[in-house]
Amino acid sequence: MSDDRAAGTGPGPAAVDTSAPPGAGAHLVDDFTPALVDVGAHHLCPGCGEPIAVRGLVEAIAELGLERSTIAVFGIGCSTAFSNNLDVEVLQALHGRAPSVATGVKRARPDTTVVTVQGDGDMVSEGLQEVLHAAARGERITCVMLNNGVFGETGGHMTATTVLGQRTKTSLDGRDAVAHGRPILLADLVARLEGAAFVARCAVNTAGDVARTRRMLRRALETQRDGLGFSLVEILTMCPTGWFVDTPAAPAYLADHLGAVHGAGVLKDLRAEPPS
Amino acid sequence: MSDRRLRMGSVAIADAMIDAGCRFFAGYPMTPFTEVLEHMARRLPEVGGVCMNAESEIEAVGMAWGAAATGTPAATGSTGQGLSLMQESLAEITLARLPLVVLNMARAQGDYWQATRGGGHGDYRHLVLAPGDVAEAVAVVHEAFTLSATWRNPVLVLGDYYLAHTARAVPSNGRAPGATPAAPPSWALTGASGGTGHAKLVSFLGSVKQRDDVGYDLAAHYTACAEHTATMLRAVPARAEVGSTEDAEVVVVAFGTPGGYVRAAVQALRAEGVAVGWVRPITLVPFPAAEVAAAARGAKAVAVYENNTGQMLDDVRLAVLGAAPVEFIGGLSLDSSGFGIAPDLDVAVLAARILDVVERHR
Repeated sequence: MSDDRAAGTGPGPAAVDTSAPPGAGAHLVDDFTPALVDVGAHHLCPGCGEPIAVRGLVEAIAELGLERSTIAVFGIGCSTAFSNNLDVEVLQALHGRAPSVATGVKRARPDTTVVTVQGDGDMVSEGLQEVLHAAARGERITCVMLNNGVFGETGGHMTATTVLGQRTKTSLDGRDAVAHGRPILLADLVARLEGAAFVARCAVNTAGDVARTRRMLRRALETQRDGLGFSLVEILTMCPTGWFVDTPAAPAYLADHLGAVHGAGVLKDLRAEPPS
Repeated sequence: MSDRRLRMGSVAIADAMIDAGCRFFAGYPMTPFTEVLEHMARRLPEVGGVCMNAESEIEAVGMAWGAAATGTPAATGSTGQGLSLMQESLAEITLARLPLVVLNMARAQGDYWQATRGGGHGDYRHLVLAPGDVAEAVAVVHEAFTLSATWRNPVLVLGDYYLAHTARAVPSNGRAPGATPAAPPSWALTGASGGTGHAKLVSFLGSVKQRDDVGYDLAAHYTACAEHTATMLRAVPARAEVGSTEDAEVVVVAFGTPGGYVRAAVQALRAEGVAVGWVRPITLVPFPAAEVAAAARGAKAVAVYENNTGQMLDDVRLAVLGAAPVEFIGGLSLDSSGFGIAPDLDVAVLAARILDVVERHR
């Protein structure tokens, strides 16, 4: 701040006069606390994209009025941080196993809205079979994958979605196609399955992408609500800690690395197809 | 008019599960468990239940986990090999305090340690019931659903090839099919508590939301689970079938189908005036240690027959605590199928082995 502004003589708003007590007490102008969050605290790193994605999910649930029917099935990973602080019912599953557990919930109680929350290590490395079979069965659940291309919880190791050239603690010189294999583009894979009714990939590294992510989550939940089949939303999230990049650089790193390979957009939406 | 019908063990067990209230089953075919899955796939939809053709045993137990969390009486099963795949989930389902009935229609008896010690990680115990024949299996299945609901803990029913594939006359269904399952228990997830400020949480990491801290208090949760397990193991009565042990010089311990062969061998020896008795544990967890110890009192030796290399042997030794020598008279007996059709499972063979123990301890 320039000396002129501090002195109240330059351009911009005048400095607040603090020589006398304020005439009225402080009051909240706007509350940005999202709905359906029970306990605000979590232990994820600064710059992490997962809280933004989970916020989008609970806001989409609230916007559609599904909070009194939702059961969220959490996997194991950084996102497990949100399994015990949301104001939606939560069932904790094992690493990779949320889709089968969610299937059991939905088949036993078809009137519920069932959502899995899993990372890329969880859904694609450990649990690829689970999500593919759930999609193929047309299971009326919504799987949400928070894809940052690393095992963040363990400290930045290579997963099945790590892009070529990406450095991790287990691919120090960058992921190499010969040594480590190529990444799996999960949303593209799932979109090919007939049971999948809505498949989209998005990101949370810009304000516009955050808004698009929330719209995609709403669309996925609407697909489930209307009984059309399986839905998947893959959300690219920042992990500056696991990527070993500066926190402010993470959104751009996401665009240049994960975003450039995995892409973004709606890959499949049965609701959007014209009637035959 | 008799209410008894001839039914194969797998069919009787499946019917018993449905009569006991089971409304969700998930499985993956494997001999000799397959026929249970077949019958559940046919019968469950008739009573408004769900049977899932899971893509693996890992997904079968996952599906059963999800259904159980909604308060739906649920079961899964396989053979020991399939149970091996399920162990990670079975451990955590226990720590999530969920009721579940798990069948192991085992090949031979090599899964005793898996069943009673648990092949999974962490501090947990399952209740384990080992029926000796089809009629007892029907009763045991009902007991398994009652125990699992009462204690919110998985209950394992350990069967074998003969139990699954032997047809016996057993009482027909006691309960009308389609009976409405009870309302879900208070802990069960229905989705309805969301948005109330008190949304339910079912987790093997703990079900308490820490409002003044982040994460889970694992120490508190695991300690509470351990105390619950200890209470359960004290409260659930251990059961065994005990016969002619009062004046027995040798007591033979065996479980499951081989327990019936041992009983027949002992009775044959008794008819010849040989002082022998038998103990057939029905609950393997909790193990009927007091019953085994009482039977061993005054005996010159205790013999253990199992169709494995000696697993329950450990529990018998712990029960007898050196009061009498404990000898193993079982062993691997496998036909080429490997399904546990033990060629040695023969009353004359067993009687000879028991008599050998008697003569060496005269």
